[in-house]
Amino acid sequence: MRFDWNWQFAFEILPRLLRATVNTLIAAGVGYALAMVLGLIFALALRSPWRLPRTLLREVLEFIRSTPLVVQIFFIFYVGPQVGITLSPWVAGMIAIGLHYSAYLAEVYRAGIEAVPRGQWEACRALNMTTRDSYFRIVLPQALPHAIPGMGNYLVGIFKDTPMLSVIGVTELMQAANSIGSETYRFLEPYTLVGVIFLALSLPTAGLVRLGERRLRRKLGL
Amino acid sequence: MWEFLQTYGLRLVDGALVTCAQFALATLVACSAALVAGLGRLSALWPLRTLATLYIEIFRGTSLLVQLYWIFFVLPLFGVSLPKFEAGFLSVGLNVGAYGAEIVRGAITAVPRGQWEAGYALSMSPARRMRRIILPQALVLMLPPWGNLLIELLKGTALVALIAVPDLMFVAKQINGATFRSAEAFGAALLIYYLLARLLVTPAMRGLERVMARRLGRA
Repeated sequence: MRFDWNWQFAFEILPRLLRATVNTLIAAGVGYALAMVLGLIFALALRSPWRLPRTLLREVLEFIRSTPLVVQIFFIFYVGPQVGITLSPWVAGMIAIGLHYSAYLAEVYRAGIEAVPRGQWEACRALNMTTRDSYFRIVLPQALPHAIPGMGNYLVGIFKDTPMLSVIGVTELMQAANSIGSETYRFLEPYTLVGVIFLALSLPTAGLVRLGERRLRRKLGL
Repeated sequence: MWEFLQTYGLRLVDGALVTCAQFALATLVACSAALVAGLGRLSALWPLRTLATLYIEIFRGTSLLVQLYWIFFVLPLFGVSLPKFEAGFLSVGLNVGAYGAEIVRGAITAVPRGQWEAGYALSMSPARRMRRIILPQALVLMLPPWGNLLIELLKGTALVALIAVPDLMFVAKQINGATFRSAEAFGAALLIYYLLARLLVTPAMRGLERVMARRLGRA
C-alpha cells in the first residue's frame, strides 16, 4: 500500500470520531474528579499521626505510581468478576484511572500543604480551632494556589492517558479509530485524525495551564 | 499461587526480559532525542528551533498509544515498515524524549551565566564550551527529574504489548486468556514492574547522581 490521503473518507469518519471525543472528555473529567477526591483523602491520611498506616499508605501509593496504568486497568477489569463483582468497562476504567492519578495528586496536595507556613498552624492552635477547622478553613485554602499548577499538568496527563481505556473496550476516541480501521482497512485517516484531535485539545489546555500558573505566581508575588 | 508460579514463572521471566530490552533501547532513543531536541530548542538557527519545537509539541501533545499505533500502522503507508519490536521501543523512546528535551533545556538554561561568560573569556569555541563546561554541570541538574521520567518510560513500555511485542504485559494477558486466573497473572506482572522500578531504575539513578556529583567535586 502507498500513501493516499482520502479527504472524502476523512470527512466521512470525522463526525464519528468527534462523537467519540465527547466520551473521551467525559472519561477524563470523571476520572479526574475521582482522582481529586481520592487524592485529597490520601494526602490527609499521609499526615495522620499513626505511623503504621502512614507508612503502609505511602508504599501503596508508590506502588500505584510506579506500575503501568494499562496493567492496572486490566487488573481491575478482570479481577472484579473473580471475586464476584462484575464491573462494566466504563466503571473499571474510571476506577483505574482515578486511582492511578490520585496517587500523583496526593503528592501535589502534600507539597501544597507543606508550603503553608508553620505560623498558620500555630495561629489556628492559638485560636483554639479544631484540626478539622484548621484544615478546611485555614490551611487547605492557602495550599490550593500552590497545588494548582501540578493539578493542571495532571489534568492534561489524564486526558492523554484515556486511550488506554480502549484495551477493555470503552468506546472512546482510540476505540472508535480502531473499529473504523478494522471495518475499512484504512488506518491512515483515523489514526492521523485522532492525533490531530488530541493536539487540538491538549495544546490549548496546556497553554492555559501555563498562563494560569504565571498569573498565579505574579498574584502570589513569587 | 506457588503452583501458578511453577507453571508460568518462566514465561513471566521471559516477558520481563523483553520488557528490560525494550526499556534499555527506549532509554537510549529517549536520551539521544532529548539531547538533540533540547539543544535544538536553544539553537541560534531558527529552522533547528522550529523543528525541535515541532517534535516536542507533537509528541507531548498526543498520547503514547496514538503515537505507537501511528508508527506501527500508518508509517508503513509512507514506505517505512518497522517490525513490531523496533516500532515499540522507538515510539516509547521518542515520546519520553520529548518530555526529556524540556528537562535538558531547563537544565542548560539553569547553569549560571558566569559559567558561560568564563568559557567565553577563555575563548573557547561554542561547541567546546557546551561540551566541556555547560553540559557536565547541566547533567547533574537534570539527573533527578530524569529518574522520574525513566519510571514513566518503564511504565510506557507496557503499551508495546498492544502491538504484540511479547513483553511482560503481553505474557500476563496471554496467561489470563488461557487460565482466567486474572488476579495471579496481572498481580504478578504488577509486582514485577514494581520491583524493576524500585530495585533497578531508582537505585541506578541514585548511584549515577552520586558519581556525577563526585566527578564535579560537589559530593
